[in-house]
Order: sequence, then structure tokens, then C-alpha cells
Amino acid sequence: MEHYNMNLTLKVWKQKNKDTRGSFETFHVKDISSEMSFLEMFDVLNEQLIEEGKEPIAFDHDCREGICGMCSMYINGRPHGPWHGTTTCQLHMRAFKDGDTIVVEPWRANAFPVLKDLMVDRDAFDRIIQAGGFISVNTGNAQDGNSIPIEKEKADQAFAAAACIGCGACVAACKNSSAMLFVSAKVSHLALLPQGDPEKKTRVLNMIAQMDKEGFGACTNTGACEAVCPKEISLDNIARLNKEYLSAAAVIDK
Amino acid sequence: MLDSKIPAGPLEKKWEDYKGHVKLVNPANKRKLEVIVVGTGLAGASAAAALGELGYQVKAYCFQDSPRRAHSIAAQGGINAAKNYQNDGDSVFRLFYDTIKGGDYRAREANVHRLAEVSVNIIDQCVAQGVPFAREYGGLLNNRSFGGTQVKRTFYAAGQTGQQLLIGAYQALERQVALGNVKMYSRHEMLELVVIDGKARGIICRNLVTGELERHFGHAVLLCSGGYGNVFYLSTNAMGSNVTAAWKAHKKGAFFGNPCFTQIHPTCIPVTGDHQSKLTLMSESLRNDGRIWVPKKKDDNRRANDIPEDERDYYLERRYPAFGNLVPRDVASRAAKERCDAGYGVGTTKQAVYLDFKYNLINKYGRAEANKQGITNPDQETLIRLGKEVVKEEYGNLFDMYEKITGENPYEVPMRIYPAVHYTMGGLWVDYELMTSVKGLYALGECNFSDHGANRLGASALMQGLADGYFVIPYTLGNYLADDIATKPIPTTHEAFEAAEKSVRERIDTLMNIKGKQSVESFHKRLGKIMWNKCGMARNEQGLKEAIVEIQELKKEFWQDVRIPGEVGEMNPELDKANRVADFIELGELMCRDALERAESCGGHFREESQTEEGEALRHDDRFMFVSAWEYKGDSDWNLNKEELKYEMIKPTQRNYK
Repeated sequence: MEHYNMNLTLKVWKQKNKDTRGSFETFHVKDISSEMSFLEMFDVLNEQLIEEGKEPIAFDHDCREGICGMCSMYINGRPHGPWHGTTTCQLHMRAFKDGDTIVVEPWRANAFPVLKDLMVDRDAFDRIIQAGGFISVNTGNAQDGNSIPIEKEKADQAFAAAACIGCGACVAACKNSSAMLFVSAKVSHLALLPQGDPEKKTRVLNMIAQMDKEGFGACTNTGACEAVCPKEISLDNIARLNKEYLSAAAVIDK
Repeated sequence: MLDSKIPAGPLEKKWEDYKGHVKLVNPANKRKLEVIVVGTGLAGASAAAALGELGYQVKAYCFQDSPRRAHSIAAQGGINAAKNYQNDGDSVFRLFYDTIKGGDYRAREANVHRLAEVSVNIIDQCVAQGVPFAREYGGLLNNRSFGGTQVKRTFYAAGQTGQQLLIGAYQALERQVALGNVKMYSRHEMLELVVIDGKARGIICRNLVTGELERHFGHAVLLCSGGYGNVFYLSTNAMGSNVTAAWKAHKKGAFFGNPCFTQIHPTCIPVTGDHQSKLTLMSESLRNDGRIWVPKKKDDNRRANDIPEDERDYYLERRYPAFGNLVPRDVASRAAKERCDAGYGVGTTKQAVYLDFKYNLINKYGRAEANKQGITNPDQETLIRLGKEVVKEEYGNLFDMYEKITGENPYEVPMRIYPAVHYTMGGLWVDYELMTSVKGLYALGECNFSDHGANRLGASALMQGLADGYFVIPYTLGNYLADDIATKPIPTTHEAFEAAEKSVRERIDTLMNIKGKQSVESFHKRLGKIMWNKCGMARNEQGLKEAIVEIQELKKEFWQDVRIPGEVGEMNPELDKANRVADFIELGELMCRDALERAESCGGHFREESQTEEGEALRHDDRFMFVSAWEYKGDSDWNLNKEELKYEMIKPTQRNYK
């Protein structure tokens, strides 16, 4: 692969903490290799800032291989940047060219308050899982793993839904800040499996109630979430969630 | 000699007997007992969930923004279990034997046997939780094979097995949070252990959002904080993975076991330049279907696809015909290094070998699909097309990841790979009950040293993390806490908490007040280079002695010249990193000392002075059949304790994969 170096202008959101107002600041970086990842470019910028006696830019990241779901940058108006099906950490600088200006913001949603610079608080997602995103089985009383055969197709669909990394890009992309894709991925994952069947009605109702309580918006089926999801979670899951929700709401008196 | 408290009786009965006689805590008393769990990866999340289910009052801590982010999530290939669903001769004994042999006879028999026994329960538990393992068309679970074994015992979920297992454990944990049995503290980092009257009774941690120091009491403390591969700077670990919790415990009296035992994984994407922040693994499962080769000619600059079959050296198949591309990780890594050092490496840096899927893509998958579809005499193109579809289903996400990072399409050209630091077999020394040398302080998962000897087999880390958390600690912790039911929670105004918090505060203030010139990152990179060059894939006496001096100098420089911007009382990722790097520097010295002391080669620890004529690791069982358990005495000062390893069931021999 041919590689090249580039000079870039960055407009990055800076915000001291939850309670202060933030604003954009402009930075310049030089000799960025096309082989770097986007976050490695930020590493270079931060080293430069420390060298100059300034404070580096705070951003969330951990595994840097696209699976932990921690990285969360809104790059040039798109969560995780220009590449399809890719997290920020897996975005590489080949996606940009010399002289580009790149605008980087945090996720913006009422339910995800900014903690500092590009870091946001996503505890709301954990609380949605607490509301029902599990199968109630205590350790130690499981039957043999092969005692319930599961159709391969269903198992594969459940896996595709379970591949969600909980990064929140779907919320950041949505004009309503809806968390429907996230919630539907979990509801689908568990509803598709026989193990998840006994709790499927309470699960979907409780998770939706919690989603509303956290201040996420409603879904208007625009599909921006699917378009930016780094794990390519399908909108079909939202359809499945709606079906599960309707059938649960019809029979449960709450 | 250390007492590992291994129960008496025949090996295969030890765990059963232990469980039958262990002390219990009744449900009413469990509710009065508080347990601290540090780290929420597979070991921590499973332990916190299982203990919460039992009724203990659990407090769990992680430095990430959610427990679901822990680095177990990145494990790709699979999890072993002795189910023998494939009818290919697997058994608890075989898994036990493979693990002991794979670890080059430096693991404790009783622990490993217990691990093999509970492996089958793990799969059942995970299926019940809704973990979507790969299945056959008949609806039953599928398996693949991994290195160091001749059976197919690895359960998997595409190349995201760790993610699916962790999400399972995370959901079990969140369920306990919802039920009020577990209180979760995310974005918290443990910075000190509190010991009262010789027992672990709490921790001091920093709230990473506000910068405040907090005191937390627990009747017992469980460290599930993972491994320390990031001491090398470049590794497959997450950026935040660190040794700090374990190191604080070490300095408070927990012995450190076999610190020099590091696993260098053979199949990672090679380094491209100085900007590199981490290395990415390509799962070992790829060695099922990929063939590893280098050109037969030195400095061959032709493109991989232009090199004809008879000019390729499939060196693993050549050297190890019985196991071929599926030799254990340490053996595969050294063989790659040997070829590259001899001048046969490929790519721009010449520090890489090829991992090639074409052969199996065509001959294994393509042909099988063609047969299935009744296509007679398929041409090459059809075979490639058909094979690609199958390979995509098995490894699609890994191939995509490779392409994103390198810009090359591995369906068309072979992957370039090179070994990288991946896992640390060493860790806090624990006894059979997973208790460290500090009473009431436990270490689970990668954080402890116990099950993998000098080399871990693939797909065994997930197994160990979940075994410790779901099936071991719920029994062994009760045995300790049964004697503690009368102990009331100790108020965190106790002088031991005061003193511990004061020491943390002073250390942070010292760090912030250095106001030097060099960034934390630059020190970390320098430490990594010393470690990789002198305590990496090959080690020798002279290099290790030099490394110790260099690390001591680096440490001095760090404490005189590190620059940490920002304030103490706010979110400050540079300060968090500085705390971790300071501990890595001290650990690096201990690792070199341990590697120097162990003048033999075993598993991943390769001392150049000790090798067979064919360049294989040569053990010295007469002198080194023990676990090194290092006791902290003071600055750069350790005392070596030894736990003798006794093999009752297995007779240690020179490992042979030929």
C-alpha cells in the first residue's frame, strides 16, 4: 500500500467539564502518516500540546481494535467518521488528504452529557441493560449446552444483533437522539433465542420504559443509525422490537 | 517453601472433595458481608455476578466508562471446554494434559485439573445466558481447533468470542446491579490496598471524573484486573490495561509469581512506524486455515503471489510435521523470529512472515462447497469464489479489520504477520483457593499466575477467567468469610484508611509537582523498547543485567522530569497514565530480575544460553521446577520465595510437537 504524509487543520470541541460551556479550538498537525489510525493522529497532537505546555484533548478510547465501544468521536458531521462500518479507532488516515480540515465533536445527546472535551457519559446505556437486557439465570444450574438445539439461522441473527458494541453512534447520528437501534439489538438478541423466551414480554416493556426515562428521543425510522453503526446492526432489529413491544403491550396490563 | 494449600487425595477427586468439605456461609450472613471486586472483565464480571447471586454485598470497580468495555472483550478465537461433542477423543484428562504440556510443565497440576473439570460447566452457563455461540445446521454447537492440541474443543462466536462471553457476564452483572446486590463504580481506579491486622479490608480509589480519592471497605478484596503486557508499551492489550492494582497489592505483601512469563503471540499485524500505539492480533484460529511461510530465498523482493509454490518455505510444517501450523504460540513465535533474523522476513521492514489462506480457501472450503453443490470439475475461479464465502463467514470481521489497518485485501494477498506481546502468564501468586499471600486478598483470571505455566494455550484465557469467577471463587471465598461473619464493617475513618489515602495523595502531589519536560508517553515508549529488546522473545544474562540498570535510570529520570499537565481535582487522563507508567517501570525491573534468575528456557521464557541443538527451549527441571514468588522488600529490593512444583499425574518431558 502506498503511503504518504499530510498536514491537517483540526477543529476540536473543548469543554472543561459538565457544568461549563465548550467551544471549538483550532489545531494544526504536520507530517501525519497515512498509515496512522485516527486516534494515533490525536496522540501526535496531544504529545505536541504537552510539549507546548498546554493541556491535551481528552477523548475516550481503550481497545483500539474496534470492539470495546469506548471511542466516540463525531468526525466531519458523522459518528466515527467517513468509513462505513468502522469505529473511530479503526479509521485510518488514508481516509484524508493533505490540507484537509477535520471537525471533531463529542456525541451530542441530552442523555449523554459531555464530561470533558470529547468524552461523554453513557451510563444511561448500562441502566437500560439493567432494566431487562439479560436472561435471569443464576450461575451453576444450567443444563447441557447442547440440550436445546437452536436453528442456525436464528443463532446467526442473534449473533448479528449481539455484535452491538454499545458505543452510542446510533444515538449521536439520530436527529431525535433515539436509542432504538441499541435497545432493539439487545431485545432481538435475546428474543431470538429460546433461552430468552420466558422473559421476552417484560424485557421489552421495561427496556423501552427505561429508554424513555433516560431522555432518549423517539424513533421515526429515518435509518441514520443503521448507516453509521460500526457493527452494521440492521434496522430489522427495530422492526422486531416494535413487534415484540406491541405483542407484549397487548397482553401485559401495566 | 510456600504452602499452596492443595487438598489431599487423588488429583481427579481434589476439587470434588474440597467442595464437599468447604466451610459455608449461611444466606442471612452473606447479606452482612461486603466484597470488593476490582476489574470487570471475564473474571471480575463473572465473580461479581456469581457472588451477587449468592447474596453477598458486592462492590465492583472499573476504570472504563462501563464494565462492558473490559479488554476480555477483544478476545477473538474461542474458549476451550472438554465437552467431546466432536467425538474426537477429548476428555477432562486430555484438556488437563494439553494445558500442562503447553505450559511447559511450570503450572500447578491441581489448579489445571480443576480448570479442565469446570470447563464444561462454563459452556452450559454461557449458553443459558444467551451467548450466541456458532452452531451447526442441526442446531448444535460447533467447534474449531486451536494451537497445541489435536482435538476440536474450541467453542466460538465468529472472531468475537470474547465479546460475546463478556456481554454475557456483563448482563449477569447488570442484573445483580438492578437487584441491588452489586454496586457498580465505573471510571474508578484502585490506587491502594488497605490492610488491617494482616487482612485485606478495602481499597483507595480515584474517581476519574472528579479526581476525588475515595475509601471503600470490604471484608475481602478480589483483584480481577488483568495482565501487564503493556509494560512493553506495544502489545495487543487495550490502551488502559495496567498493572497498578496488582502492583499496589504486591507492595502491600502479595507475592508476584513468575513475572517474566510473557506470551508473545505469533500472529499480529506488524509494526509500521514510531507512531504506533498498539498492536492488533489476528486470531490464532486463523492458523486452522492459514499456512505460514517465507520465501526460500533471502531478501526476496517479489510480491507474495509472484513467488511460486516450490520457492516457498512452509517452515512450521517443515519443522513440526505432527502439529504443523498449529504448534503452541511460543514455538510459532520463535520460529518466525528465527526466519526473520536469518534474513528471510518479508514486507518493507523485513520483520514479518506470510499467513496465507489461498490453499485452504481453494482446496478445503472451495472444493467442499463445490461438492455440496454438485459442481463437477470446478475451475480455479469458481473454487475461489465458493471458498471466499465460507472463509468470510468464519473470519469475516478479522479480514475486514486487517484490511482497514493495512489497506490490503487478505482474500487476495497473504496477510503479513509478526509476533507481539499478548498475555502474561505471570501474576500475583495465589494458592489453590486463589488467595494471595495477603489474607482476604484474592486474584482471579489473568491477574494471577496459576494455570498456564510458562505458556498459555489459545482459547484458555477465557476459560480460566470464567472458571475462576463463576465456579471457583464462590466456593473458596466462603471458606474464608465463614470465619469473618462476626466482623462488622470497619468504618473508613479507621487509621489504616487514613494512612492509605494519605500515601496516595502524597504520591499524586509529588507527580504533579515534578513539572518536568518529558511526557508520560515518551517514558512509556522508552520502557517498552528496553523490555522488548532485552526481556522479549529471547533473553540472555548480559542483556537482562543491562536492562535492570537502564530501567533504574529511567525510573530516576521519570521522577525528576515527567510533565503532567492539568489539575489533580478534575478529570486528568495524563495523571492516570503517569500513575500506571510509574508502576510499569518498577514491574519491568522485577521481570528482568526474574528472567535473570531463571537460567533455563521454558515456554515463552527463552534464555539463549539454554536451548537444544535444534533451537528449542531447554528446561532444567533439576534446578527450576518451582514457581518464583517475589516478595517486595523495598525500592528495587525483592526476596525470592519458591513453591516447588510436584507432578503426580504427568511426567514432565521435553515438549515435542514434531
